[in-house]
Amino acid sequence: MSALLEIRDLRVTIGSTAAVRGASLSLDKGETHCLVGESGCGKSITALSVMGLLPRGAVRETTALRFAGEEIGHYGERQMERLRGDRMAMIFQEPMTSLNPAYTVGSQMTEVLRRHRGTPRAQAVDRAAELLARVGITAPGLRLGQFPHQLSGGLRQRVMIAMALMCDPELLIADEPTTALDVTVQAQILRLLAGLQKDLGLGILLITHDLGIVARVADRVSVMYAGEVVESAPTATLFAAPQHPYTRGLLSCVPVPGKVKRDEPLGSIPGVVPRIRPGFTGCGFRDRCAEATPACAGTIPRRDLGSGHEMLCVLDPGRDGKAAA
Amino acid sequence: MLLFLLRRLGVAVLVALTVLTLAFLLTRVSGDLAISIAGPNATSEDIETIRRVYGLDRPVWVQYLDWLGRAVQGDFGESYFFRDRVANLILGRMPVTLTLGLVGLCIALVVSLPLGILAAVREGTMLDRAVGIVALVGQAMPSFWLGLVLMIIFGLQLAWLPISGVESWQGYILPGVVLAFSAIPSLTRLTRSGMIEALSSDYIRTARAKGLTRFSILVKHGFRNAAIPVVSIAAVQLGFMLGGSVVIETVFALHGVGFLAWESISKNDFPVVQAVVLVLALIYIGLTLLADLLNAVLDPRLRTG
Repeated sequence: MSALLEIRDLRVTIGSTAAVRGASLSLDKGETHCLVGESGCGKSITALSVMGLLPRGAVRETTALRFAGEEIGHYGERQMERLRGDRMAMIFQEPMTSLNPAYTVGSQMTEVLRRHRGTPRAQAVDRAAELLARVGITAPGLRLGQFPHQLSGGLRQRVMIAMALMCDPELLIADEPTTALDVTVQAQILRLLAGLQKDLGLGILLITHDLGIVARVADRVSVMYAGEVVESAPTATLFAAPQHPYTRGLLSCVPVPGKVKRDEPLGSIPGVVPRIRPGFTGCGFRDRCAEATPACAGTIPRRDLGSGHEMLCVLDPGRDGKAAA
Repeated sequence: MLLFLLRRLGVAVLVALTVLTLAFLLTRVSGDLAISIAGPNATSEDIETIRRVYGLDRPVWVQYLDWLGRAVQGDFGESYFFRDRVANLILGRMPVTLTLGLVGLCIALVVSLPLGILAAVREGTMLDRAVGIVALVGQAMPSFWLGLVLMIIFGLQLAWLPISGVESWQGYILPGVVLAFSAIPSLTRLTRSGMIEALSSDYIRTARAKGLTRFSILVKHGFRNAAIPVVSIAAVQLGFMLGGSVVIETVFALHGVGFLAWESISKNDFPVVQAVVLVLALIYIGLTLLADLLNAVLDPRLRTG
């Protein structure tokens, strides 16, 4: 079966910053693919590239950008408009401001279906109410008539999710959907997404910097750093045998019960994500990497470690006695 | 919502009272009314008689309350020059001024809204800068001068439009354009900045992610929110236009309230001047109140608190 979404060698340049430098990833139908990494390493830009929603002035190039087997890299604005909201939908980090304050929840939800399917208002309202109920909102009839400012952050994110599902999309891109929410609400939203995926066979590309979330929901993880996917693996493999120094660094920053010894300090990665200019070669992580060698300034090979585990690094996989899966 | 409107209404009533008081005081501090009514050749007995007849010999606060009581009922006394009730004079002239003001506002909105939206969509380009320069020039242009220039071009040389009077609807076009020019710069700039803010907001990104058409994104989602401040300023601008009609109506010889004001000032016709100032001020207050009301209609956050 061909992948639902396949990105090959995506490059995005915004002004004098190379925001994404040859990122590749693929997502199967019904799979949750997590994209992790620090702020500013190109996760959101990658997601926006797929949707065709890059900011003005951004330049996108790819060798392949395939959605449901179809190359969409050359699509114009009109063609992307028809895909967006219909077959691919996106929810964002900022539930408080992502809904238009001037319109009711119902009007904003039905708009999607009316635009893409020309559904009559009454039917669209029924569908909206059904989806609000599906995402766990009680009294959907009441909510449809309310304005965004009358809802809490958690409710607004549920509305955003329900709105994204209006046209039964195949792909849902969720850009840090729970970051702005309370921890208890976070858990509810994640459970909801997982449930929806199982029931509807959605492919979800979930962007997060929270490894706890990754461990709970992801089928597959891609770690991004400075515009590149530095390591990609099935979730269990990545957590059990991380190979790239950056992935190891990220994981060492997170306390895992039973693994972290008392009084032993948590790890940290010194420095910040650098701004990479176009024309930069070599590994973007080498200035922060404890294991950097002179070879890191050259072209870095993409290495297949088997079982869908890939990394972008010159170091030996399986060093430190940790065997690759 | 109700509380919000009641509060606004309360403020409006207070402002109206202040304006009434000021209008009364203005005529009292500008010299002895009896002397100016009697004219330069009057004897001191004449002046005394006038003082008694017009009740000017009573204490000032009695005069004030008396005047206030009648002003509230729409009785502004009688014009010295026109020998008619002031209220009748103003009511008779009002349609011309209101029509002119509304024509001016419509022209201003028709020009400045698309211009502002266009400048916002093309932010930072030559087009945006050109719109900014046009707005600046428009702001700096004195309306009596623009009026005369348009008259010469379209009235005399091209002879497309009448240069004075409102015998036909065409008579409103030139003065309307001149009046609109005073409002176009601020409305354009406000639309532009409102649109830029709206277009950079998260809900516009959501609208794009929903695959909505460009038109729907710009107008339904963007302009709907940018319009809220524009509506307030447009209402206030209409007030300015009605006040500014003193100049325009004089230039184009339109017999509206503005022309009446000019005539009465040059004839020392105090009751009329006082009443015109008052009526224009009250209309202004009414428009501000209307703007608040429209805002509440447009912005659900105000309406449902």
